[in-house]
Amino acid sequence: MLNTKSAPTQARDNLISQKVTSLPPSGIRKFFDLLSSMEDIISLGIGEPDFVTPWHIREAGTYSLEKGHTMYTSNSGMPELRQELASYLELRYGVSYHPEHEILVTTGTSEGLDLALRAIINPGDEVIIPDPCYVAYPADIILAGGVPILVPTNEENNFVVRATDIEARITKQTKAILAGYPANPTGAVMSRKEADAIAGLAKKYDLLVISDELYARLVYGAEHICFPSLPGMKERTILISGFSKSHAMTGWRIGYVAADRRFIQALAKIHQYTMLSAPTMAQVAAIEALRNGESEVEKMVQEYNRRRRLMVKRLNEIGLPCFEPKGAFYAFPSIKATGMNSEEFAERLLLEEKVAVVPGTAFGPCGEGFVRCCYATSLSSIEEALRRMDRFVKKVG
Amino acid sequence: MKEIFEILEQNGRATPEQISTMVDKPVREVEKIIKQAEKDGTILKYKTIINWSKLSEEDIWALIEVRVTPQRDVGFDAIAERIYQFPEVHSAYLVSGTYDLAILVRGKNMQGISSFVTEKLAPLEMVQSTVTHFLLKRYKENGETFHLPKEINKRLPITP
Repeated sequence: MLNTKSAPTQARDNLISQKVTSLPPSGIRKFFDLLSSMEDIISLGIGEPDFVTPWHIREAGTYSLEKGHTMYTSNSGMPELRQELASYLELRYGVSYHPEHEILVTTGTSEGLDLALRAIINPGDEVIIPDPCYVAYPADIILAGGVPILVPTNEENNFVVRATDIEARITKQTKAILAGYPANPTGAVMSRKEADAIAGLAKKYDLLVISDELYARLVYGAEHICFPSLPGMKERTILISGFSKSHAMTGWRIGYVAADRRFIQALAKIHQYTMLSAPTMAQVAAIEALRNGESEVEKMVQEYNRRRRLMVKRLNEIGLPCFEPKGAFYAFPSIKATGMNSEEFAERLLLEEKVAVVPGTAFGPCGEGFVRCCYATSLSSIEEALRRMDRFVKKVG
Repeated sequence: MKEIFEILEQNGRATPEQISTMVDKPVREVEKIIKQAEKDGTILKYKTIINWSKLSEEDIWALIEVRVTPQRDVGFDAIAERIYQFPEVHSAYLVSGTYDLAILVRGKNMQGISSFVTEKLAPLEMVQSTVTHFLLKRYKENGETFHLPKEINKRLPITP
């Protein structure tokens, strides 16, 4: 009797892989559930552009559907797209990739990240990531069988990971450094000097760098450093990026990886057994984006910059000090003065003033004391959100 | 400087304080630039785009093609001026192609527009012929769309 009862339970315990079970739940999920039951919310909690994909790009995607281009493409992506990507990277950052052997078109940058990690990690390999960082970094490393090693960053160094802090955490198990600048959630941008120092480390300790440059185009009065363009870094860098943020194409799921051919071969192997190929209409749209999308990108960047200045200034005025984020579309103000922790602040702000922000802790322990505010939303929403935050800070302060 | 006007073109109610933050320039400088622009005619007027159909007070509009005879010394300008002074004329352009002037006319009803054409426009000495197109539906004006819902797709409230 007892046996028959315990047997299925035993089976159920093993049903889900240990790796998956060990993953921490997303810090964002909880807020999402809370939010979906509320109305009249102004959300600064969104991690995507508020612009719709520019019309000429949508039109290209639609046209490809009309013409019946609904089949798989080559595993690595349409040759025209890879050619356009190679020219783009060469022209913009002066780093040349062979379109046939060194570029892989992926289903969003997320796939590229997953592929890169799975392609290089052996069980127990350590991958160094900044703390705080994009929510998927630690999870994807764990899923690939690796160990995420968090390097703290803070306001004093503008949330850019320092080479000395990385060096202190390098062990025999260290395989790679994974970093994404301009950064989600902080909006931090890495300077050439800082990037050079990290490149030096990678060479000194023979490490790989996975450089997530999804937000590369969204920089304001700062230079974007394309990691593989640094001397001697192309050979040891896996560059992942995509169209989601630059061309407001999040829902198309289209990205790419550029790297030395031995990496691309390895990534393509996994890709061909898992994803097969990126969505065809999205690839056609991406070609259009690269060929004719520049002026639209510039328009969006200019608009983000206006909102950024407004948000950062107002946050500082209402007593939530905020370092100047020079990239992406996030501000990362400190909420320490309110005496609350990040989660408490975000939850109360949502319940009491109906403004959604994301607690910094969703992105790592060093996010404690901060919240992420996205300014990819209309000016009027930003102003109203900050009016409400002002009222909230005065009330609790 | 151009950026200040782009912001105002989008939102005539943007205050110098807001603009100053957005373009990262001192408020006084922004005020000065705006004042100067108002003076020298760079900024002609601050207007509001009204969707009159919401008030069920839709008036009638027509696009009129006008062929005219240009005059010595003044070309098309003198006749254009004689035409655009009429209060019924909302916009007037000199265009290339099979006709010369394109004018956008606003009237209370069809009768109003037709009497403008037959009694005022067509009898003008320099006017050779006119073709009147009544506007049936407005889709987009001054960069604003009338019939598309503002928010085409709703974003999820929280995303990573």
